[in-house]
Amino acid sequence: MINFTYTVWILIIPFIMFIFLGLAGHKIGPKLSGLLGTGALAVITALSYITAYKYFFATPKAGDVFKAILAANTTWLQFTDKLHIDIGVLVDPISVMMLIVVTTVSFMVHIYSTGYMKGEKGYERYFAFLSLFSFSMLGLVVAPNIFQMYIFWELVGVSSYLLIGFYYEKPSAVAASKKAFIVTRFADLGFLIGILLLSFHTKTFDFITLTDPSGPAIAQAGGASFLGLSVITWSMIFVYLGGAGKSAMFPFHIWLPDAMEGPTPVSALIHAATMVVAGVYLVARMFPVYSLAAPVALKVVAYVGGFSSLFAAIIACTQTDIKRVLAYSTISQIGYMMLALGVSGYGGHEGLGYMASMFHLFTHALFKALLFLGAGAIIHAVHTNLMTEMGGLRKYLPITHLTFLIACLTIAGIPPFSGFFSKDEILAAAFQSNKILFAVEYAVAGLTAFYMFRLYFNIFWGKETQYQHTPHEAPFSMTIPLIILALGAVFAGWIPFNKLVTSDGQAFESSIEWGVAIPSILIGVLGIFVAMVMYRKENNIPERLAATFKNTYKLAYHKFYIDEFYLFVTKKIIFRYISEPIAWFDRHIIDGTMNSIATVTQVVSFRIRKFQSGQLQQYAFVFISGAVLLAVLMIYIWYW
Amino acid sequence: MNAGIPIQFFLILATLMFFVGVYGFLSRRNLITILMSLELVLNSVNINFMAFNRYLFPHKMEGMFFSLFIIAVVAAEAAVAIAIILNIYRRFTTINVEDVDEMKY
Repeated sequence: MINFTYTVWILIIPFIMFIFLGLAGHKIGPKLSGLLGTGALAVITALSYITAYKYFFATPKAGDVFKAILAANTTWLQFTDKLHIDIGVLVDPISVMMLIVVTTVSFMVHIYSTGYMKGEKGYERYFAFLSLFSFSMLGLVVAPNIFQMYIFWELVGVSSYLLIGFYYEKPSAVAASKKAFIVTRFADLGFLIGILLLSFHTKTFDFITLTDPSGPAIAQAGGASFLGLSVITWSMIFVYLGGAGKSAMFPFHIWLPDAMEGPTPVSALIHAATMVVAGVYLVARMFPVYSLAAPVALKVVAYVGGFSSLFAAIIACTQTDIKRVLAYSTISQIGYMMLALGVSGYGGHEGLGYMASMFHLFTHALFKALLFLGAGAIIHAVHTNLMTEMGGLRKYLPITHLTFLIACLTIAGIPPFSGFFSKDEILAAAFQSNKILFAVEYAVAGLTAFYMFRLYFNIFWGKETQYQHTPHEAPFSMTIPLIILALGAVFAGWIPFNKLVTSDGQAFESSIEWGVAIPSILIGVLGIFVAMVMYRKENNIPERLAATFKNTYKLAYHKFYIDEFYLFVTKKIIFRYISEPIAWFDRHIIDGTMNSIATVTQVVSFRIRKFQSGQLQQYAFVFISGAVLLAVLMIYIWYW
Repeated sequence: MNAGIPIQFFLILATLMFFVGVYGFLSRRNLITILMSLELVLNSVNINFMAFNRYLFPHKMEGMFFSLFIIAVVAAEAAVAIAIILNIYRRFTTINVEDVDEMKY
């Protein structure tokens, strides 16, 4: 048994860095702060890679199976003998994979930020928050029990809130940060209910016990039921609600596009590569329970994922803000991952969807971070987010152009880039179990290729735009992460996920399903071709098309009016008919009572304060009159 | 020795003195006069003590001691009061009690 105790340092280092930079950042200055933050990330990235190597290649497997190893565990909150909350580190295939994803992307973003954020006000604060985020995200992925996961789940929510609202002088950024926090918090309520239900019925928080195929959670599948579904199913649906909130699945997706108000590297790190896949990770973490004990909940996961991916892909085709297009693309891709989990079975080749989902999570993190960082470099060069104000940038930004093209090809699923492999696995898994979702995924694949290349051609080709000053390539600190991530996006597809990250820890054989892959490549190429015709040279096809499908276009452009619907429900119904009467009651009845007591006291005191005149003889007169009165009274009482 | 004077005479005198003092205390504006009125009140009490002692408990001495005590205390009190009045005069350049009304609402 190899000792993994050192993995606790992966959590401790960024936490210390957060405290240090938060308290002393302004004293040591921006340069040193950036260097320290990046250095800390370099250390934990190295530790994560060592862990991955040791776990996958140097640990003897227990009969062909990757076992979950509890590297560290300590009781953190002891309520009673049986009810206690632990903090620890769990090392298993998906947590190790997530360690790699999180530290790699975070490290790249740190390097990139030293260039991108140069000269910004609050540079040290920015790095402190990045460290906090890294700490919480890593704590989430290594959590050995569901309660620790919940704690860190909220911590990532907080750091996301802090980073979206980084430009807190901008009202739109403040509104976006509040929106993100409230929407996800609302969904997390579901998560908490799910945890309580689940742990009440299984008497444990530990993932190892929960996900054990012969453990209490799965054994109770046929237990108490409510509305025709078992308790475990209900709790898994509630847990999924939390995951849907963080991962911006359909009814909760509204916060993610607005979250793009934050600095671009933050969008790359939190809102594309790591935090938003926490929901997928959560479902994957609980996967045996979903698959063996709550198949209905798993169906919900699949259909919500499929719907979100189609829905977001349609919206992405009409948006003009490049970061928003990428945000919708993120929702769409996460929908893919959820769908893959949803159609998967447990164990062996049945678990193809599970493996495909984790695979896609991995490749998506790389290429989506690359896309966002590329978008950051573009925004850095031309100072606008709107692709309508860009065009012909390939001459000015050669490195960004090349890496962006690679990322676009990857997400479009063109071989031999990594996106092709992971997408193909997902399609194969969907093909095996659900033909409707499979058809949806083909449509989404085409749309994805179309909107990504719409973005690409609009930015780098299209009309020649006059810029106020000539755009220039970003500094090395920004281009180097782009190149590294591009290399990752190209080669990550060759990692044998079917040997390493599987639903039951056992390796299985899987090969590229050409029958599924070739149509998907053709659809991707078709999408690219359409985008090329429409956007490569300036022409009026897009306008004509938009005019032909006027209503559909308008609907998609306004994001199907979901935001308006939420606003209507909250402002017009909840605020007006519930909150306002309550506010009225508070202001008039409760405050009114208190205020009138105060007013009466004040008025009376004003009236009687004239007695305190300072005239000595007046006091004496009152005193003597009182004494005489008392004397008369005494005499009266005594003699009559 | 004083068999001819009934106790009521003393009591009427004391009552008169007392109310003259009270009247002076309430109506005079000069602090010195107020102090003098106060002396009248206290002395009327002394007369009462002496009269009751003499007529009701001729073999006891409490009433006399009380009177002596009051005389001593009044002397001390007069000294303190005059010192206060002097200080008031220094501060306000007046000893009119109506003008000394700092301690009000």
